[in-house]
Amino acid sequence: MANPSAVCNGHLHHHHQKQNNLLKSGIYKKNGITKGMKKNGISNGTLYKKTFIEHFEQAPMYVAVLTFLGFGVGTVFGYLRDFMRAWGLEKRNVAAEREQQKDFVPLYQDFENFYTRNLYMRIRDNWNRPICSVPGPQFDLMERVTDDYNWTFRFTGKTIKNVINMGSYNYLGFAETDVNALKTVTIELQKYGTGICSTRQEMGTLDKHVELEKLVAKFLGVEDAMVFGMGFATNSMNIPALVGKGCLILSDELNHTSLVLGARLSGATIRIFKHNNMQSLEKLLRDAIIYGQPRSRRAWRKIIILVEGIYSMEGSIVRLPEIVLLKKKYKAYLYLDEAHSIGAVGATGRGVVEYFGMSPDDVDVLMGTFTKSFGAAGGYIAGKKDLVDFLRTHSHSAVYATSMCPPVAEQIIRAMKCLMGLDGTTQGLQRVRQLGKNTRYFRRRLHEMGFIIYGNDDSPVVPLLLFMPGKIGAFARRMLKKNIGVVVVGFPATPITESRARFCVSAAHTREMLDTVLNALDELGDFLHLKYSRYSKSSHPELYEETRLELED
Amino acid sequence: MDFKSMKNYIYWLYCQFELITCSYLMEPWEKLLFYTFNVIMLVMVLYTAYIFVPVHISTAFQFFLHLFGSQHENTVSIVK
Repeated sequence: MANPSAVCNGHLHHHHQKQNNLLKSGIYKKNGITKGMKKNGISNGTLYKKTFIEHFEQAPMYVAVLTFLGFGVGTVFGYLRDFMRAWGLEKRNVAAEREQQKDFVPLYQDFENFYTRNLYMRIRDNWNRPICSVPGPQFDLMERVTDDYNWTFRFTGKTIKNVINMGSYNYLGFAETDVNALKTVTIELQKYGTGICSTRQEMGTLDKHVELEKLVAKFLGVEDAMVFGMGFATNSMNIPALVGKGCLILSDELNHTSLVLGARLSGATIRIFKHNNMQSLEKLLRDAIIYGQPRSRRAWRKIIILVEGIYSMEGSIVRLPEIVLLKKKYKAYLYLDEAHSIGAVGATGRGVVEYFGMSPDDVDVLMGTFTKSFGAAGGYIAGKKDLVDFLRTHSHSAVYATSMCPPVAEQIIRAMKCLMGLDGTTQGLQRVRQLGKNTRYFRRRLHEMGFIIYGNDDSPVVPLLLFMPGKIGAFARRMLKKNIGVVVVGFPATPITESRARFCVSAAHTREMLDTVLNALDELGDFLHLKYSRYSKSSHPELYEETRLELED
Repeated sequence: MDFKSMKNYIYWLYCQFELITCSYLMEPWEKLLFYTFNVIMLVMVLYTAYIFVPVHISTAFQFFLHLFGSQHENTVSIVK
């Protein structure tokens, strides 16, 4: 294969060189800062080998005012409709208590239910859209209409064909139906069937699982791994096994619900630090060590930091080098959830650990899912062999949950082998490179057009800010009319004033598809007046100041 | 030609108004209610302005005249 950057074992060659340099010149981490590492002209004493550029531009003031105005009008009309429903002037379609329960504690009076009834219902047709094909770069949508303003839907029977898919987490394009690609999967399907009918600890461990776990461990460069049938359950069922009462969990502000649920189920004390803010995290760590547990002042049994690789609503990447330094200094553990970043970032797709050029030994618990980049379902936890052996016996998922079914395991195996280059082609690496190119192109064009985009320049998740509630519905509906499917998000998944449209760039998108989407966005941005960015064409992204961590050892 | 682009511009402004005030999301009878309310408030404000603004301006003008006028007299007496 005429590939200039000689790929061996799926690791890029210069990665080995870097490690050799480190040992050869006897440069070890002194005071936590690697000295004398001149690479591509980056100066000494920096933790980040490439520039870390993130954007979180604030909207102009008039946008915030108008957003509140829109919500105000919506709220007034919400109260009006609630009044009409309560007094019988309008047919009641909502959930309500029964007559006998009118004197009980009210169930539907809180803000979330009010919001759902009065605002969400009006634009409900933009979510839960049923698709009827594989969610590749294009898909088919079932057309549905509503006669009573989104309370009920009916299908017309027609399908909208070849809608460009900007919403699926199909980062590497492995969600495909190509017969050649799925050959091994069909063989395994005919060999094993579809059901497992047992849990891991009873009779549900197949040779496929062992093979997959060994492959995952090799892919990530760790000692051992364990796979689970569901990605959400991987977090929520394994965090309680790792921490308990008397332990401290330091969790990022914007962590996913699975992490929050797992943390709450465990019974440990949870403290939240500001999103990606290392000063906030360091302060919490210092307070935890100085003051100990709340009343007894005893030392915490364990301090664990929960972060994600890429945050899916912001598109920001975790500041891993600084967190690893902090955890080593204060002797805490690190749990990294790479649901969106495994396969999507890094030179060979091995996630944020590779993206920052760090070793996987720095992270204690590596967790990830196969739903996003591998086109399958399920999750894994990887790390040292002791940790994984412990989880095999103590995890709720291992004891009670059905294990991953064999065709899905085979899909992950073939996707991972493709990524590592073990199937004899460079297709995996090409996919990762294509994703990187697509991401950079898409983000650059959107910045040039003048939209407000959040997140890191290298993350394939691109949130485009809409702000006003009226524009959420208009944006999604008009994009569908132009045959592009997007995901719009509002409250409660995001702060109430920052509703956004979230694009997920895929390696399977061609340049033409991206150009179609970008032209449609350009037009729509002018029509709906979405180009709020105050930095025009030659944009100067706000470079984050490198935090100077003074570490005295 | 000019009328067409003017009409398009006004239509675009109307769309912006609809989006910003969430009237894009409302059912027709709610829109009617909202627009009626807005129009009535606007008419009332304009009517009030029409009646009171001239009176206010002339009162303010007289006040300032009196203020500067009395100052003028004071300076004259001191000089004298």
